[in-house]
This record gives sequence, C-alpha cells and structure tokens, in this order.
Amino acid sequence: MTNYTLTYGNGKYEAVIGLEVHAQMLTESKIFCGCSTTFGSEPNTQTCPVCEGLPGVLPVLNKKAVEFSIKTGLAMNCRISRQSRFARKNYFYPDLPKAYQISQYELPICEGGHIDITVNGEHRTIGITRIHMEEDAGKSIHESGSNYSLVDLNRTGTPLMEIVSEPDLRSPEEASAYMKKMRTILRYLGVCDGNMEQGSLRCDANVSVRPVGAKEFGTRTELKNINSFKFVEKAIEYEIKRQIKVIEDGGKIIQETRLWDSTAGVTNSMRSKEEAHDYRYFPDPDLVPIEVSLEWIDEIKSGLPELPDKKINRFMNEYSLPEQDAEMLASESALSDWFENVVQAGGSPKAAANWIMGDMTKLLNEDGTAIEDCRLKPSMLADMLRLIDKGTISGKIAKTVFEEMYKTGKDAEAIVKEKGLVQISDSSAIEQAVADAINGNPAEVERLKAGEEKLLGFLVGQIMKSTKGKANPGMVNEILKQKLGL
Amino acid sequence: MKLNELTIHELRKLLDNREISPSDILSDVYNRADVVEESIKAYISIPKDNAAKMAQDAAAIIASGRPNLLTGIPIAVKDNMCTKGIRTTCGSKMLANFIPTYESTATSKMLRQGYVMTGKLNMDEFAMGSSTENSAFHTTKNPWNIECVPGGSSGGSAAAVAADECIAALGSDTGGSIRQPASLCGVVGMKPTYGLVSRYGLVAFASSLDQIGPLTKDVTDSAILLNAIAGHDPLDSTSAPVHVPDFTESLGKDIKGMKIGIPGEYFIDGMDKEVEASVKEAISKLESLGAVPVEVSLPHTGFAVATYYLLATSEASSNLARYDGVRYGFRAQGKDLIDMYMNTRAQGFGPEVKRRIMLGTYALSAGYYDAYYKKAQQVRTLIKQDFDKAFQSVDIIVTPTAPTPAFRVGEKSTDPLQMYLSDIFTISVNLAGVPAISLPCGFSSSGLPIGLQIIGKHFDESSIFSAAYAFEQSTEWHKRRPQI
Repeated sequence: MTNYTLTYGNGKYEAVIGLEVHAQMLTESKIFCGCSTTFGSEPNTQTCPVCEGLPGVLPVLNKKAVEFSIKTGLAMNCRISRQSRFARKNYFYPDLPKAYQISQYELPICEGGHIDITVNGEHRTIGITRIHMEEDAGKSIHESGSNYSLVDLNRTGTPLMEIVSEPDLRSPEEASAYMKKMRTILRYLGVCDGNMEQGSLRCDANVSVRPVGAKEFGTRTELKNINSFKFVEKAIEYEIKRQIKVIEDGGKIIQETRLWDSTAGVTNSMRSKEEAHDYRYFPDPDLVPIEVSLEWIDEIKSGLPELPDKKINRFMNEYSLPEQDAEMLASESALSDWFENVVQAGGSPKAAANWIMGDMTKLLNEDGTAIEDCRLKPSMLADMLRLIDKGTISGKIAKTVFEEMYKTGKDAEAIVKEKGLVQISDSSAIEQAVADAINGNPAEVERLKAGEEKLLGFLVGQIMKSTKGKANPGMVNEILKQKLGL
Repeated sequence: MKLNELTIHELRKLLDNREISPSDILSDVYNRADVVEESIKAYISIPKDNAAKMAQDAAAIIASGRPNLLTGIPIAVKDNMCTKGIRTTCGSKMLANFIPTYESTATSKMLRQGYVMTGKLNMDEFAMGSSTENSAFHTTKNPWNIECVPGGSSGGSAAAVAADECIAALGSDTGGSIRQPASLCGVVGMKPTYGLVSRYGLVAFASSLDQIGPLTKDVTDSAILLNAIAGHDPLDSTSAPVHVPDFTESLGKDIKGMKIGIPGEYFIDGMDKEVEASVKEAISKLESLGAVPVEVSLPHTGFAVATYYLLATSEASSNLARYDGVRYGFRAQGKDLIDMYMNTRAQGFGPEVKRRIMLGTYALSAGYYDAYYKKAQQVRTLIKQDFDKAFQSVDIIVTPTAPTPAFRVGEKSTDPLQMYLSDIFTISVNLAGVPAISLPCGFSSSGLPIGLQIIGKHFDESSIFSAAYAFEQSTEWHKRRPQI
C-alpha cells in the first residue's frame, strides 16, 4: 500500500471508503431455478414455483454462477475457496418471497484479492475482502395515488456477486476509478454488463472520516441507492463534507444507513444501527456445500482473457502508445479489439488510436452505437490511413471521409472517388487558385506584405475554400509564399 | 373380506388377475371412511371425484397390460406434500385454502405408477407435534381407542392405515413423526435415510431433518412403497445420488448372524414396563431367529431432545417466514404492511408453531447463535458419531419406538415438554440422518399397540427390511385389527 492521503477540511481530515458492489451475473437462467434472467419482460412472466417461494420448493444451484464468480475472483487476484457454502439472510419484505435471501456468509466463494487503479497518475492497490454469490430480490412497484403496492418477481433469483472492498479508498475520485475498473474487468470477463443505470451493477459505500494521522477509523455510515457512475463521486463527496461539518460543529457521527437522493444531491438517514436488521444468518440446509476442484479452477484460469492491466502495458510496449491512450483503449475489450484490428490491417498505432479516441468515440456516443455493431470496420480505417499517408487525401478531408464511412459503411476509396475528394496536388491548378486569391484580396495582401503575418492563414483559408478543401495544404503554403515573395 | 383391509401386495395379485378393479378397492376404502371418519377424523380432504378419475386411469393402465406395483392402489397422503390442484393445508389455518400449482416429487413418482390418491391426511400443524392435537382442523383419534391420540405429526396417516381407510399412506418424519404414530397405531412406519427420498414439494418444517416415508400395514408394503418414492431428484440438492436397491429383495433374507445393537441409553429406569417387556421379548425373538444381540452405547442420547429443539426450531423459524400474507394463503387485515404481517402470523399460526418460531428465532439471534445453534450443530455431530461408532460393531440397532403406548387426548397437550419427550427414542435417528422403521411388537394390557424401532446404517434400509420382515413373519402382531 502506498503511503497516500488526500485531505479535506483544510487538511485536517482524511476519508476512509470501502465499497460493496453488487454485480448481476450474465447467466441465462436464475441462480436456483431454470427461469430466464432476461431484463424488461412483462411482470411475473419469468417465475416458477421455486423463485416464487411456494411452500415445499427447493433451490438447485446454477453451476454457471459459480463459474462466473470463480472467474471474477481469479481476475481480481482472490483465493478461491475449495469449499464454500450458502447461508440464509432472514428478513421480511414483500419482494422477497421466501422471507430470506440465499446468500453466503461464512465461507464465501472468493477471499483476499485486489485490483489496481490509477488516479491523477497515482497507482493504487485496493484490497478485495471477499466475493460472494447471492440471489437478487424482486421489485416492489408503488403506483402513485394508489393505496397498494405491486410486486414483480421476474428479477427474483437473478444471480448476483457481492464484491466487498477493504476500506482502502481515500477519495471520491478513487472510489469512482475503482468502480470504473471493476466495471471494465467484469465486462472483459463477460460476467456482468456493468450497467449502473439499469441496476445490473450497484454500489453501496461505507464512508468515514478521521483526523489526518489517526490510526483508528472514524464511525462509518453506509450509503445506499448510488445508481450511476456520476453519483459514486457526488454521494461520497457530499457524505465526507457532511461528516466533517458534523464533527467541526462538535457533533458525533452516528453509525447508520443513509440514502443518496440524487435530485437534491444529499444523503438522508434511512435507519440507525439500533434499527438495523438482525439477519439471523445460518447455513442453508437446502443446499449442500459447494466443492470446487483444483482442476476446475485451472480450467477457468486458462480460459481467462487478457485483463485490462496487462493489456495497457502491452499497448504501451508493443505500440509505443502513451499510458493515457493505452488506458482509454483498454477500458473496453471491444474497443481494444477494434484498435488492434486496425493495426493488424496496416494502420499506424498512434494514428489509429487518435481516430478511435477522437472522431470514432464522438460518432459512437452521438448515436449510442456499440463499436462492434457499427458499419465502419477496422480495415476501412486502415485503408483510409493509407490514403492519408500517400497524400491522396488530406487530414482535413479524411474527417469527412471518416464520417461518411461511419454513416454508409462504404470504403474510403469509393467515397473519395464518388465525392471527388482527391487532393489537388497539380501545381498549375493550385497556382491558378493562388492567383485568384491574391487578385481578389488586394487589401489583405498589402497588409500581409507590411508584416501582418496572420493574414497568411486567411489567404490559405480562401484558397482551400475555393478548392473545396481539396488543395494540398503544403503546396498551397509554398506557392503562396513564393508568389508573394515572402 | 373387504378389499380395503388388504395390503398392496395382496391387492396387486387380484388387480393383475383382473379379479377386481381399482374402483372396487376405492369404493371399499370410501365406504369404510364413510363409516369410521366421524370418530377417527384421519383426513383433512377427501377429493372423491379426483380419486374416481384416478381409479379409471389406473384401470386403463391395467387393461393395457403394463401395471406398476402401485397401479390402482388407494394411498392417502399427509397434507404437507404438495398435490397439484388439490388443497394442501399442512394442518394450518395459514394454508387452509392453499391449492398448489405443482406436484411433489414423491407423489409424482406414485402418479407415474398410477396410484389412486384417496385424500389428504390430518397432521399436527406444519408437522409440529406428537399427537395431531396441534392440527388447525381437528384431532385424529387412535383407532385402537378413540379416547387416545394416534401420535404425530403423521397421526392422520397412521390412523388411516390402522383403520383401513386407505391401503397405505405417506407421512413425513422430522423427529419421529412417522415412527411414533406408527407405533401408537400398530402399523409399520419407515423413515428412510436423509437424502433417499426427495423433499421437493414437502412443505418444509426442518430441512436438514425432514424425510418422507411410507406407513403401511406390513413390512412388504413398506418396501414396495419405498421402492416407488426413493431415488435421486435433480430438484432436491440434498437428495443423494445413490443407487437404490429393490427393497423387496431384502424380504425373506436369513438374518442368522446379523448383529443387533442394544443401546443401554434406550432402556432406562422408570420407562413403561409393558413397552420394556415387549421390546425385550422382540429382541429374544430376533435372537431365536439367529440374530446376535450386542450391547452398544450411544452416549450422547441424553442431549438429543435439546439439540433437536434448537436445530429444528431454528430451521423452522426461517422456513415458515414465507407465510406472511403477501402472496398466498391466509391474510389478515392491517393498518400498514408490518401490521398486516403481524396480524396474519398471529392469527394464521397456532400456539405450538408460534412457540417454535420464537424459540428458533431466539436461537439464531445475534449474540445467541454460538451458544445455541452452533453448539447444537456440534452436539449433532457427536450424536452422529455415536451411531457411526456403534455401527462399526453391529448391523442394526433395536430400541423401543416410543416410551409409552398411546396417551389420552389432552393428557400432554398443555405441557409441551412432556409432549416433546414422547419423541425421545426417535429424535436421535433424524439428527444422525440414519434410517429406522417402527413395527408392531406387542400390546399393552389395555390393548394399545407397542412399536419396535429398528435403526440401520446410512442407506442400509435393506438390513432393516430383512430384520423387520423376519420378525414380522414369526409374529402375529401385525395381523391384529382394531375394533372401531
């Protein structure tokens, strides 16, 4: 652990943050029955006696959920428990049909790992206490104006991983970076789609503050309902400031659960420690202990994809990319795959990275398309880069070509031909345009000659305009200077 | 002789020879029920139309020439096993109108054999009790003396079999709930090894102890019925993936040289003299058949009742939490959600169920878990080890099933501890997960049946059946019928 503190309240306090992340696993069926886990179906259409919690039903463990959890544990450097078991967490709630959640308590599937994050160039290692499996609850629907609530059990029994961090995070930015890294890893593994807005990735934060240099932790509060990446930072930042103000005003922090209200931008008390549930955890007698063989762990390990950190290093070494570029490209495996396909098709790595991080990202964001679904294929970008290198098109025209490729899926050469975008490198044609510009702007020419150098750019602009951007910019500059005797 | 007085194996021959039809048997069974139900009250539901249809279906199977062992046999089912489309109450007001949307594995297996379900049998609410006095509907009476209880919680099952109101029945046994009523009603009750019969569709009381088993008129029927319901079920993770032998092949095997363990802890000062005498006589009978009695010790027997009432209630407190009035079953009104929960559970559960939920909730609470639940689990391991050790030197263990013959209605119902002690000889078997049978081995001077318990090793029901059959064939106890 690096010796790293970030201080608040005029440098007097530091924050201690731990996150409990719930990740919905991308299994096709639920964790203890065969029902589908598809999101957004008609209420109560994806249920059966087991997930409805009818009298007499029994859970049967979905092996895929165990595999996904082990995969995640390995990717986060955890120890995989050879024997693990399920426990019941007892509490009453209308969307919890059995009135207990099958979870893990003692003997979770993974323990003692870590993931690395980078914030403002600082590298930090954040400990993972444990990863355990559990079932999701249903959803209560409160219709406004009605005196009843409705319950949808479609989500009941969807497999979740709860990933608990050590209290190693020291700032809202670190918490946010941790969540983003978590999302990246989960998506690389294909075990969770990482969608915080849809609730497939959720996060509770344990936050406390203490005087700088103190060894003991301050009293913590638990923040719930943080349902977007943006709010991870905002909610924690609010809570740190709130706690410092309470202490500065001579008060004491109460151990409690607080709800983040994203509209008001504040956290509000939900229940105190005294009101906290006694969940009466005990081993679930309906499920036998989970035995994990070394062979199975090895098999899963050998099937792991290249993980983000390794990829970032490789991109820096193999393609001489700056760390920031490598990080950006490695943030999604689909993005880095796309990038590597451009390079494989002959595109220069740095140019490819620039196009992907710039124009490509902008266009994808505009229409909300995933990179793997877009019409523009990696080989097409490589072809376009070749046209630039050959001088067939200018970098400026390439922007137009790129956008056209993105929209139509046609290749660069076809677009250049169709739209007549070939760069004019014929000196006589350029000389004519230069002469026209000089003749058409006598006042500006005079001022330029008198030393107002910025007018050179104005004239170049005029020439590019008259040639519809197709004139070779280098040649335009050269011929213009020559004609004006500069 | 009426057909309802016969056994499965006797009826099988008559059915397969086309001498009788399934409807003939059913009609004798229902005629009997029409006469005696008023005094016995073994059933909660008797869906006669459904049974008539099942009898017709069975007749078609027999006509096709491919009958199974249970085809056309009227069998009754304890009312804690889910039967699709047929009310399953668990003896509780909470589920008085609950109609399952699915079928339990045990009854599914019997359905595939073409059995005829005569009805759902009375029981102590959620299988909690030893007399059926905890049923929310009515108390079943012992066919040998209707002033007495039939035992419990499968009291309806035992009484229905004893009174010839069905040919055989399914019960469930968490701490003796098949064997103790079998003993009190003079029938054969088998609790299989934990994991031999699927629990899918059995409304859970204590998941780590519950096991479904047959109550029958003789040992042969017990083996036949267990054959039908045993076997691994992918829907029950605790059901064992073991090969299930044909238990009828154990019947008639010589028991010469079989070592029978006699645990001193089960023959104690102050125990009922007639029970002690009958069981000792039974041991002599087994010895005369070639078995070798060996003294064994089960030293942790004294802790069994306490251990059981911590573990079973802990599991029950969680298993019964789902009855909250939200989705199905009884719902009381309330001013808000919490109020509705509290009213529903206060009005829907009877006193014994509430007592056990509270006890279990307490045992699992923060600060008490280690002292109660965890400690009880450790003692459970010791009790299991007692059996493992004893079974290193013997093949079966023989004990009384219940400390007394049937007691009078109301005699123990106001004293839960006295009631709990009626399971003192059966509880350890559930904690250890081993199989055990109870079969008639005598009668008290007042004419009430006494039961012999034979305990076997894990998944060694075969040895139990061999010994039980040998004993039964050399005695006449099972042939006595009650006069109602």
